[in-house]
Amino acid sequence: MAKTLFQKVWDAHAVTQLPNGQTQLFIGTHLIHEVTSPQAFGMLRDLGLPVKYPHRTFATVDHIVPTNEIKEPYSDPIAQEMIEALRKNTKDYGIRFFDTNTGQQGIVHMVGPEQGITQPGTTIACGDSHTATHGAFGAIAFGIGTTQVRDVLATQTLALNPLKVRRIEVNGKLKPGVYAKDVILHIIRALGVNGGIGFAYEYAGSTFDNFSLEERMTVCNMSIEGGARCGYVNPDDKTFEYIKGRPFAPQAADWDASVTRWKSFASDPGCKYDDIKVYQAEDIRPTVTWGITPGQAIFIDEKMPALETLNAADRLTAEDAYKHMKLTPNTPIKGTKIDVAFLGSCTNGRISDLREVAKYLKGHKVKSSVKAIVVPGSMLTSIQAQKEGLDKIFIEAGFEWRGAGCSMCLAMNPDKLVGDQLCASSSNRNFKGRQGSQTGRTILMSPLMVAAAAITGEVTDAREVFQV
Amino acid sequence: MSLAKITQVKGLALAVPGDDIDTDRIIPARFLRCVTFDGLGEHAFRDERTGPDGVDRPHPMNSDQAKKSSIMVVGFNFGCGSSREHAPQSLWRFGFKAFVGGSFAEIFFGNSTTLGVPCVTLSKDDLAQLSDFVQKNPTIEVTIDVEKLTVTAGDKSWKASIASSAREGLITGKWDPIADLLEGASKVEKTAGALVYVAKN
Repeated sequence: MAKTLFQKVWDAHAVTQLPNGQTQLFIGTHLIHEVTSPQAFGMLRDLGLPVKYPHRTFATVDHIVPTNEIKEPYSDPIAQEMIEALRKNTKDYGIRFFDTNTGQQGIVHMVGPEQGITQPGTTIACGDSHTATHGAFGAIAFGIGTTQVRDVLATQTLALNPLKVRRIEVNGKLKPGVYAKDVILHIIRALGVNGGIGFAYEYAGSTFDNFSLEERMTVCNMSIEGGARCGYVNPDDKTFEYIKGRPFAPQAADWDASVTRWKSFASDPGCKYDDIKVYQAEDIRPTVTWGITPGQAIFIDEKMPALETLNAADRLTAEDAYKHMKLTPNTPIKGTKIDVAFLGSCTNGRISDLREVAKYLKGHKVKSSVKAIVVPGSMLTSIQAQKEGLDKIFIEAGFEWRGAGCSMCLAMNPDKLVGDQLCASSSNRNFKGRQGSQTGRTILMSPLMVAAAAITGEVTDAREVFQV
Repeated sequence: MSLAKITQVKGLALAVPGDDIDTDRIIPARFLRCVTFDGLGEHAFRDERTGPDGVDRPHPMNSDQAKKSSIMVVGFNFGCGSSREHAPQSLWRFGFKAFVGGSFAEIFFGNSTTLGVPCVTLSKDDLAQLSDFVQKNPTIEVTIDVEKLTVTAGDKSWKASIASSAREGLITGKWDPIADLLEGASKVEKTAGALVYVAKN
């Protein structure tokens, strides 16, 4: 019978059916970081349990690392305590830790792919909701809670219910200045922030076929923003090419067999989906959020919705959003003044994001009223960017070039908005208070749109600013 | 591990209306700078409850009712966003032992269930009735019957839903799956052995 990738991966990793009807699912790869793991190790110690498969858990530190100081102890003693807890836990239990002194530290969802740990046909779990990022490689990747981190450490398995599969097809060629970020914001806008509850999203169609792995990661990354716990793209030659030669990739002798195996996980022609949605790439324009959920989004040249056009429930959320954002219904978002520009995060902090912006940035200057920071998602990305001279282009234009980490995506480190500052952000969440100030405001957009906002000091159309 | 069988949750209820209430709102990220869950209760909904000036805002969580309540009545897509277990942990430590809503984000739902905190859903109309009822009758006890799948308050009763696996786990005292997961160790090894990428290194 024809099966989806989701079904095949699920079947290959299903251990048994638990008494409550859930599946005990084997988790081939477990990624951990400093925020959601310390309590899990605490529970493990309380129960007197060992880590069952220490070589299948990989750690890095990302949420709390400062991006403007390297020397320890960090000025935030709690951050120091958290990084030291992870050092101790990984040492005690024999877990590989991509620490800050390895040159390979970074956002956990960047480290996995960079190291070749993220592979097709595997199951991946991490105590972080953006774990679906790894689905770009044809993996089934779940964000989990801390008690579940304990479950994976202790048993390498999780108790889960299977998901339905919704195929989301995007066909055609994106217009210049329109990016993967716009595609996922468009999908979330169409299907809603809770539209994906109970589903895994399979992203497909010619637009995805043509996407690089990094673009696929941007889309899969934000699946959770649409309510879908995981999202994936079927593996193809681009996937294999990306993995080849990375530290944890299969060695030469195993390579061909691995590729054959990986290919076999792709959804079969004629397989049955629980739902199918189809979009046309040419219809998508640069997209920005105006509210406090990622689904509250419009094309840059549209007006923000008038309250009377919304249904009762959406209207309540919108009223709350307009109040928080200090924006006016039924007016254009273009021209809204910004205070901060943030380029980074597990959504858009990769080398291709930096290259794309740098390509257009030469000769432009960040507006004097704007604080603009670039935070490469990982040390390897940062090093590569510096090799290509991208850091100089950003610095020349007036951006601050920072160290690797999650930074202002969720502001657990010192990078925070102040007061009601408005941030043009390439990150994934525009929730109230998300960027570290409870009255702070976030507008999500693609990296090039962030750069355009930084230069003009307002939300604007990057295609006009850079003549894209 | 022997756990309590959670067949019913009874108590006063607090309505916290609104859809898409995310886990950043439930527990802002700065409170995740910790290595235990201790003390999170007092920070639940911190930035919704307290203004930047440090003065309390009008929010249901600031009411006396909040302190007396063990059931929270919420809207749709409650707990969306981050996977942080700190969110249900903070509400649980504040004193909430169950949630009734229109729908729950999946990770929040799983995190709550594993704490022994049922998240049951009602239809949109029924939820509006319940929310209205608890706001008008703050002293009347609400009962969530996880086994019979009902929510009752005074002389009113509504039909509730919850994922069958969660219901089963709660009413049999197996809402924390660790014992069951540890039990199948030999089967786990068999599955792992058949996975080339696991066996290889």
